[in-house]
Amino acid sequence: MKRHALSTRLWHWLNLVCVVVLFMSGLTISNAHRRLYWGDWGFAAEQAWLTVPRFPDWMTIPGYYSLAVARDWHILMAWPFALGLLFMWIVMLANRHFKHDIVTSRKEWKPGAIRHDIVQHLKLDFDHDGGKYNFLQKLAYGLVLGVFLPMMVFTGIAISPGMEPTFGWLVELLGGRQSARSLHFIFAFAIAAFFVVHVVLVILAGPYRQIRDMITGGREG
Amino acid sequence: MKRRNFLVAAGAAFVAGCNRIAETDAGKSLLGAAEKWHEGAHRLLTDRTALAPEYPRSAISPYLRGNGSVDPQNGDYPRHAEEGFANWRLEVRGLVDTPLSLSLENIRKLPQRSQVTRHDCVEGWSAIGEWTGPQLSLLLDAASLREEAKFIVFRCADNLNGQDYYESVDLIDAYHPQTIVAHSLNGEPLPIRNGAPLRMRIERQLGYKHAKYLTAIEAVATLDEIGKGQGGYWEDRAGYQWYAGI
Repeated sequence: MKRHALSTRLWHWLNLVCVVVLFMSGLTISNAHRRLYWGDWGFAAEQAWLTVPRFPDWMTIPGYYSLAVARDWHILMAWPFALGLLFMWIVMLANRHFKHDIVTSRKEWKPGAIRHDIVQHLKLDFDHDGGKYNFLQKLAYGLVLGVFLPMMVFTGIAISPGMEPTFGWLVELLGGRQSARSLHFIFAFAIAAFFVVHVVLVILAGPYRQIRDMITGGREG
Repeated sequence: MKRRNFLVAAGAAFVAGCNRIAETDAGKSLLGAAEKWHEGAHRLLTDRTALAPEYPRSAISPYLRGNGSVDPQNGDYPRHAEEGFANWRLEVRGLVDTPLSLSLENIRKLPQRSQVTRHDCVEGWSAIGEWTGPQLSLLLDAASLREEAKFIVFRCADNLNGQDYYESVDLIDAYHPQTIVAHSLNGEPLPIRNGAPLRMRIERQLGYKHAKYLTAIEAVATLDEIGKGQGGYWEDRAGYQWYAGI
């Protein structure tokens, strides 16, 4: 029995490439208009809830300011990102990876259990028995797979004027196009925050084994 | 500091890799193809006559921001502006049986459509306004569009950075019920900032498709011979996506 299924490993690395390209090209798109608004419309400072700093070129794709090239990359990688996520969800439900490894039990939500888990994390003690992941991991993976990543797809669709005649209900549900754009930005940074924590914890937990297992599959137990 | 340098170096290497991919022929065609896939998906999911949302008049934003040309100074435009556009003509030409030359008076006498819609700039901002004018389909039918016509090109009076602005759409968007030749914004003649005296509304696409300072509507079989062949000013100049529904 492998520690990570082939489908999980393929999706993990594909998704990494997609997220990195989407995030970095997204920073260029953010630089094109550095204000965020709520509601249907917004175009000036007095309507903005946030003025975003200008991201330096080295953080962006294509590495210099070109909204056209950034949009090319963004709309290209949107495809493998969204279809990959759909694939992962179908597989994860079919092979029960979601039910077995990610769904939390009521027992885990007890304050004492959560406190214990946090303390274990702070002690950098990552050995745990019973289940592949501990509570905080399940929560993080569940949030990323179930909320953060899908919200990028939904808010992305809601920003597209060509989709709106069909998905007008989605735009309304999200509070209007500018709200959808703000949420797109917020969830992008939520994913970036997860990425940083994830990488730090992999490094603390033994990066060689962690990365090797995510490539070869590793062994259970 | 060291860690930051590493991050910068890793970022730069990744970006350089992406840019090298983008420069290869395969990379170029892939990046171009993605735009076509989105267009195809939008056309598949959305009925060709499905409408962009229309808002109540209470939703109209305090003013409508302008981008690109906001006060053209080239050619005859300043004179027309001084005359209050009394002598402005709009031509309908190209692959049509009956070319037309219309005054603003002619255009205002046609059946009108008013729509309160949202204008979405490619940069990310949005504004809402009420646009009024005849449907483009009316003009195309009056001019009798020929079979060979596949695209409609919009010619504009403004010259931006030494190039005449133009845009184009396919016949699906040309015949879309909300595609109008607008002469009014919020019940007043269009301000110069927003394209006086005439501008296109292509409601299911981004702002740069909505050609301002409109002088002619030209039916063509291919976009190859127009401008630099990419179908629009920004498409030619900066590589913007011709299909701007995303």
